[in-house]
Amino acid sequence: MTASVFFGCTFIAFGPAIALFLFTIAREPLRVIFLIAGAFFWLVSLLLASLVWFISVQISNKDSAAQQKGLLVFGVVLSVLLQEAFRFAYYKLLKKANEGLLTLSQEETMPISIRQLAYVSGLGFGFMSGAFSVVNILADSVGPGTIGIHGDSQHYFLSSAFMTMAIILLHMFWGVVFFDGCEKQRWWAVAAVVASHLIVSCLTFQNPEYVGSLVPTYVILFLMGVWAFYAAGGSLRNLKLCLTCKDKDFLLANHRPR
Amino acid sequence: SRPAISVTARDPPVGHERSRRLTSVGCNSVEKKIYVNLNYTVPCVRLLNATHQIGCQSHLSGNVGVLHVLESEENLDWVLHSGLTPPYLVILESSLFTRYSEHTLKNGSSRVAGVAVVTPNANPSQGTSPHTSCPNENTGVYTENYDPTMARCNVTVWNPLGTGLSYEEFDFPIFAMKEDNDTQVIRQCYMDHNRAGNGSTPQYPLCAMQLYSHMSAVTDTATCMRRNNINFSLSPEMVCDPLSDFNVWASTRPLNNTAKGHKEGESVVLAAARLDSRSFFFDIAPGAESGVSGFVALLAAAHALRNATQEAPPPRNILYAFFHGETFDYIGSSRMVYDMEKNNFAVDLDNIHSVLEVGQVGLHAESRLWLHSDPVSRKNSSVNEESAASGLNVSVEEPGFSQPLPPSSFQRFLRARPIPGVVIEDHRSAFTNSFYESMYDNAEYLNISYPPDLTPDEQLEYVTDTAKALTEVATVVARTLYIQAGGAESRLGSINADPQMVTRILYGFLVRSNNSWFQQLIPSDLVSHLTDRPTNFYVGVAQQPGKPTLLVQYLLANLTGIVVSDTCFNNCVFVLLPQMYSYLWVQGAAPPNSTERVGFCMRSAARLSKALSPAFDLHEYTSKDYSTWTESRWKTIKGRIFLVASHELEMLTLGVGVGVLLTSLMLTYIMSSKADILFSSGREPANATY
Repeated sequence: MTASVFFGCTFIAFGPAIALFLFTIAREPLRVIFLIAGAFFWLVSLLLASLVWFISVQISNKDSAAQQKGLLVFGVVLSVLLQEAFRFAYYKLLKKANEGLLTLSQEETMPISIRQLAYVSGLGFGFMSGAFSVVNILADSVGPGTIGIHGDSQHYFLSSAFMTMAIILLHMFWGVVFFDGCEKQRWWAVAAVVASHLIVSCLTFQNPEYVGSLVPTYVILFLMGVWAFYAAGGSLRNLKLCLTCKDKDFLLANHRPR
Repeated sequence: SRPAISVTARDPPVGHERSRRLTSVGCNSVEKKIYVNLNYTVPCVRLLNATHQIGCQSHLSGNVGVLHVLESEENLDWVLHSGLTPPYLVILESSLFTRYSEHTLKNGSSRVAGVAVVTPNANPSQGTSPHTSCPNENTGVYTENYDPTMARCNVTVWNPLGTGLSYEEFDFPIFAMKEDNDTQVIRQCYMDHNRAGNGSTPQYPLCAMQLYSHMSAVTDTATCMRRNNINFSLSPEMVCDPLSDFNVWASTRPLNNTAKGHKEGESVVLAAARLDSRSFFFDIAPGAESGVSGFVALLAAAHALRNATQEAPPPRNILYAFFHGETFDYIGSSRMVYDMEKNNFAVDLDNIHSVLEVGQVGLHAESRLWLHSDPVSRKNSSVNEESAASGLNVSVEEPGFSQPLPPSSFQRFLRARPIPGVVIEDHRSAFTNSFYESMYDNAEYLNISYPPDLTPDEQLEYVTDTAKALTEVATVVARTLYIQAGGAESRLGSINADPQMVTRILYGFLVRSNNSWFQQLIPSDLVSHLTDRPTNFYVGVAQQPGKPTLLVQYLLANLTGIVVSDTCFNNCVFVLLPQMYSYLWVQGAAPPNSTERVGFCMRSAARLSKALSPAFDLHEYTSKDYSTWTESRWKTIKGRIFLVASHELEMLTLGVGVGVLLTSLMLTYIMSSKADILFSSGREPANATY
């Protein structure tokens, strides 16, 4: 629509991700490396999924709308499964890498814990997924026009931006929960991540009824966020301590360095 | 458009938006949801001369305005004063596009982003001419030095219906559109979104249009030619080009074209006509009465004189000259006079015995033709016209009072030498052409009509009444030329123009140029230049001869030349010497029982001579003597329509975005600074790692 819509939607979509990157990742080179590697893994999964989809579209009947819709659904499901498969592959790779690093290094502790890796890889997946979701829409939002001349809903740009924000955060939470489940051999947690990913993707078939797709997505986002918080080691007690500003006393009492 | 790969299996809404609307999953981008591009847009472009710039200009990134369909002049008030969402882009019917509207729109140009004129399919009933009322008043022969009483149309205003719209300057784009699907879409969009119901204000989102026609040149010709020559970068960017094309000329007795300058013993009667025309919009110039009627009459006269000048050659030579660029201060004729003065042409000004020019002759009511001559330099026995017209249905008279010459190429010759001559027109005083240099000066205005249900080939051969009338004029012209060249009066009865030829030429230039006869007359590489639409006679800026110029050259060659038999293509084009004659290879017709065309070599005296104003050769870009017209260059010309959202909504989006960013920055800072507390389990040892 104009520059203001462009910047508004960019900040909505990438605001939390940029904030997280700036404050938690940017100063640690190791985290940056693993973030980019995670983004790359997501990219490879997308490449594979789109290759399969492209071939199937070429051999299909291009005039049949039902077949094309079916192919799209198939493509979405395939892509979700591939993304989660690549998340698992990344997990395996990181485990092996960590063992290798440990034997090589002279310190006793690992330079980066699996929990941190889970968070970083999830955020990497999220960045790349968000970029592919929304960048071409942002590019078109710079022009003077807004969507609607053919009767589509006007809120396309805004809802795309909000959806992208949700997806990025969801990828981060899924990463944490997924790695935690793999560590503790809780395969039902892994299955729940895959299932919720599938649900969120299929919710987007509701568009252009944006309420129908955004509201459940944000509900799932909230639930996943809570689960990830607990999986990362948080608890209600810690939260209360922080909120009532009694954390300093707690630390002093336990002689733990800050 | 964005590649299809981003449509594939993914989460966000984009892919599924498309699935609702697609029958085939192709490259369907967001841009297609926003914009509807307009297919047929004709802009008005910027032209510059020594002192002014005329035409229209848009911003570099296009002019965006809320659509407003103007139904009557009262609605102008909404656009100029009371409308709440300026700037507006006004859509007008052509009949409303009068000078009054333009004046009002020009004054309110901060609220007017552009104008789109919907041109009707039929001519308006009232005549209107966008040209000035005194065409070419500064570059003719009637200056203050020559005769102050006749300068600046003091005696006769030649184009009384002229509004001067083509010579105004606008700082918003003006486009012309046809009544087609795009216009329907625009009107529908306006009705759906911009129409205020019962006095209430229309709500956002509103329908808007964007027009791109940014012109690179500014101020005047001297400035733009100076900017053309700036050599700062490896690829200098040109901003304007001089208007130029080629004149077509031929002679009844061949002239040695390589020996330029004065030719001893040659006395030449110059038969002149004008080729070009213009209108307010770019590249639309049918010029039926303004130009085509004149040169078609001269072409037919040349054809009629072919036999007589071969069998009983008159003492003087006849030089047919078709000048291009005459609309813009006599580009072609001033160039020919300049060439003659500098001994750069096959003959000299001293070789010219007299001049006969054929002006606007298509509309002659009551079958009367008028011979105009210059009262200042007139001699007693200039042109003998009575016997030329005897026995025909046309009466030829002189205006009967002291009147200057109408705008004509002959004036440029008079500026150099006092040569005797006349200009044949169909108006006694002011023009009878009520659409002079307008886009409505077309076949319909000349009443060229065909019975329904004729195929194009049958239409080509059908002799219209206009063609019959024009044939009479051509016969008069031919006979007058013959007498003027000193031929015997006894032969006059055998000089007759061919109505079949005239109707074919008229059909080819005014209805469709892609017809079977034209296809036979041209070489095969020009066939792609033929279109199914009337020919456009705007002079243009090409370095090569334009399409109508080449068509006229090949026509003239066919009508005055002979076939050189048994000559192959190589011989014709490369071997035969072009000193006395020009040799042209044409593709010819296919014989009845085959599909391959049989080409042949045409020998004639038809040649081209460059029609570029001498001001550009002399680098006098502020010249008052020669034409200094240039046309600006541009990058894109296009238009599109879309919806615009209100400013408040856009600011709200930006505000929400900034809010989300700041909130997340704050939250993240807080959480990361307290991460140790938040994410510890409390009971595990400090170096637990997993």
